[in-house]
Amino acid sequence: MSQSISHKRFIIHPYKFNMWLAIVAMIMMFAAFTSAYVVKKADFRYWVDVPFPQMFTFSTITILLSSVFMHLSLVTFRRNQVSLHRLFMLLTLVAGTSFLAMQIMGWQELYDNGIKLNGNVAGSFLYVISGAHFLHVAGGVIGLLVFSVFAFTRFRNPVDTLVENIHPYKQIGLELMATYWHFVDVLWLYLFFFLQYS
Amino acid sequence: MSQETTIKEHLETHVTDHDHDHDHGHHDHHQSFISKYIFSTDHKTIAKQFLVTGIIWAIVGGGLSVLFRIQLGYPDADLSWMKPLLGKWITPEGHIAPEFYNALITMHGTILVFFVLTAGLSGTFSNYLIPLMIGARDMASGFINMLSYWFFFLSSVVMAVSFFLATGPASGGWTAYPPLNALPAAASGSVAGVDYWLVSIVLFIVSVLLGGLNYITTVINLRTRGMKMFRLPLPIWAFFLTAVIGLLSFPVLLSAGVLLLFDRNLGTSFYLDQIYIGGEALANAGGSPILYQHLFWFLGHPEVYIIILPAMGIASEVLSVHSRKPIFGYTAMIYSLLAIAVLSFIVWAHHMFMTGMNPFIGSIFVIFTLIIAVPSAVKVFNWLTTLWRGNIKLTPPMMFAIGFVSLFISGGVTGIFLGNSSIDVELHDTYFVVAHFHLVMGVAAFFGMFAGIYHWFPKMFGRHMNNTLSYIHFWGTIVCAYLIFFPMHWEYMLPRRYPTHAGFDTFGMFAQLNEFITIAAMASFAFQLIFVFNFFYSIWYGRKLKEQNPYHATTLEWTTPIRPGHGNWPGDIPEVHRWAYDYSKHGRDFIPQTEPLSQYEIEHGEHGDEMDSDVIAHENDDHQS
Ligand code: HEM
Ligand SMILES: [Cu+2]
Repeated sequence: MSQSISHKRFIIHPYKFNMWLAIVAMIMMFAAFTSAYVVKKADFRYWVDVPFPQMFTFSTITILLSSVFMHLSLVTFRRNQVSLHRLFMLLTLVAGTSFLAMQIMGWQELYDNGIKLNGNVAGSFLYVISGAHFLHVAGGVIGLLVFSVFAFTRFRNPVDTLVENIHPYKQIGLELMATYWHFVDVLWLYLFFFLQYS
Repeated sequence: MSQETTIKEHLETHVTDHDHDHDHGHHDHHQSFISKYIFSTDHKTIAKQFLVTGIIWAIVGGGLSVLFRIQLGYPDADLSWMKPLLGKWITPEGHIAPEFYNALITMHGTILVFFVLTAGLSGTFSNYLIPLMIGARDMASGFINMLSYWFFFLSSVVMAVSFFLATGPASGGWTAYPPLNALPAAASGSVAGVDYWLVSIVLFIVSVLLGGLNYITTVINLRTRGMKMFRLPLPIWAFFLTAVIGLLSFPVLLSAGVLLLFDRNLGTSFYLDQIYIGGEALANAGGSPILYQHLFWFLGHPEVYIIILPAMGIASEVLSVHSRKPIFGYTAMIYSLLAIAVLSFIVWAHHMFMTGMNPFIGSIFVIFTLIIAVPSAVKVFNWLTTLWRGNIKLTPPMMFAIGFVSLFISGGVTGIFLGNSSIDVELHDTYFVVAHFHLVMGVAAFFGMFAGIYHWFPKMFGRHMNNTLSYIHFWGTIVCAYLIFFPMHWEYMLPRRYPTHAGFDTFGMFAQLNEFITIAAMASFAFQLIFVFNFFYSIWYGRKLKEQNPYHATTLEWTTPIRPGHGNWPGDIPEVHRWAYDYSKHGRDFIPQTEPLSQYEIEHGEHGDEMDSDVIAHENDDHQS
């Protein structure tokens, strides 16, 4: 197993490349949303300040945590630490799901404060942008579910484990998952600050 | 074994497995009909799926234009004979109902722009040519590629279903501006049609993005050994940049469409403000329809280049091959494509000069818009100089490629007029604009597409198309195209999107011209049917292709067997040693890309700026042997 990267300056698995490009597309989509937001906000005639839901702070912490778990589950996977991998995979899943729940609670909070989807456009933006992000996370959670199931079904005996972990091609799935998950995390971080301070 | 070889091997083996099946000639040996022709992951089959779907849509979309042209050309005629087709959309007086007229032009624009000239053109040729021309066994992900087609298919189904809604399909223009398209009360097509339209477009965007991911990744990562970026045939550069533009602009349309869906269905006011219907104020306040226009044209303008770039790439290749000359200014061609791609993102507001924008901002957009003419002119110059003193073979694809150049010039010139905001104030939303974009984009892109189909048909289907019919198709189409769109420049004060101009005395003088244009439009449609017949007939009954490389072209697709299987090359993928345009060099008619440079031969354009990234993964052949 020699790591002969040296004579190749540029090597990236095509699927990973695909994933990065997909992320670019998603960034463009949110760039459109947030620039629409900026433009609308500049038109101050109708803009009202919306009380930012407290819950979103907690959900932010949760999704940050989930990213840490995701990372650890990938690391442990690579190191062949099956039970740790299972643990972190589950933790990621739980954190991801709680994030979704907290977002819903955040919307509830907004709603209780009198902010309606069809009310002032500032509120509508908040719902729609966080909602679009919510869907991206929900997609990720489905992925996490799949990988959690894998984590428990795949490593029944040592030989399987070896095959699963050593073969770089088998790693790619989880790596893509991790990349995506970190992306939706960072995306939320951006939105979190943008929606409050822009 | 290093990590990268393993990855590559995996990719290679999963396609080479199929190869072995094909070695003994029975193509459908192990594959069922379904996996071979329907849910296929072979880029060549997917390309054909895009092509055939595109052709069907082109017939539908073109047919719609004939219908509304008849109404425009003969505003007083009794069109009751259309009743069997259009039913209640024919008024008792025998005219096309105005709201349906608008639905017709909306659907015509949507279908042609998105389904035919984006999916049908990029989808077909990017899929078909990228792996074949760069020397790859297939796309980076055959599965995603397949999904891309099926999302397009779904999107097509939704759009098609919307024709049968009781209130008719979307009728607010292919640009779907609010408030017209946001409020059911605004137009009958806005009752339900726009929802179908939006859903269809969302599916379509997914399709474009999935396809685009693959095109980009494949070009970057899966080029064969020796295929440097600056050795790539120009179509590949064009498809690559087209995909990049699409990846950056289509998501923005997605956002715009989502917000419109919310406004329509959930009572938000992103685009709506102070609207009165029947004297009553709507609750919506605080939105801005101009916001939609910004978002839309941020896609909309790049979209027109998404349409034309592949046509440019195809024309470049065809012109070079059929004049037996290297393309003139290869590097300039690439840089001008790049310049166009970049500039296309900063000119969108030239569609919005009449929205009351700050004239200062307007003039900045004027400048950028006019700058686009520079790379465009570079390309035109290079096409013409490629022809200059070439050993020109006037084959059908060559005719269409030359026709493309002609149309692109004719339509591009009027772009300069429109790009000046002070002139555009007069010309906006008139037939002058219609003439501009049909020549420069609509017909020109069609010509690029025809050039591509005629050129690569033998590769795609192993048979030739009928030449006589092809020439008839060419002459009929180009003559009709000019007869239709040239006179439209004189209608520079005639507003577009009016079902009839009969009520306006000023426009009376255009009655005969309109009739003339309608006749030309019907004729041009008839000529397209000749193409359709030729195409489908030749797939099964055309003269068989005997030669592997019928045009004596240099590029890799002609090194595959006459009917390549999944995996494209039965043996190893060929290695590339030179650029794609060694025609009439050193006394030889052509030198294939696979031929090593002779000892003292200097490669074309020995310049230091190659992107030396052909190192990617493809060296695994070494490792294996
Ligand atoms: C020389 C470069 C070009 C310039 C300066 C230019 C300029 C313009 C301007 C200012 C308009 C807006 C007219 C109006 O609505 O009042 C326009 C419309 C349009 N142009 Fe161009 N154009 C150029 C080339 C192209 C090319 C290459 C394409 C397509 C391949 C294209 C496609 C269109 C389309 C589709 C529209 C009309 C969209 C609509 O309103 O439905 N143009 N052009
Ligand atoms: Cu434009």
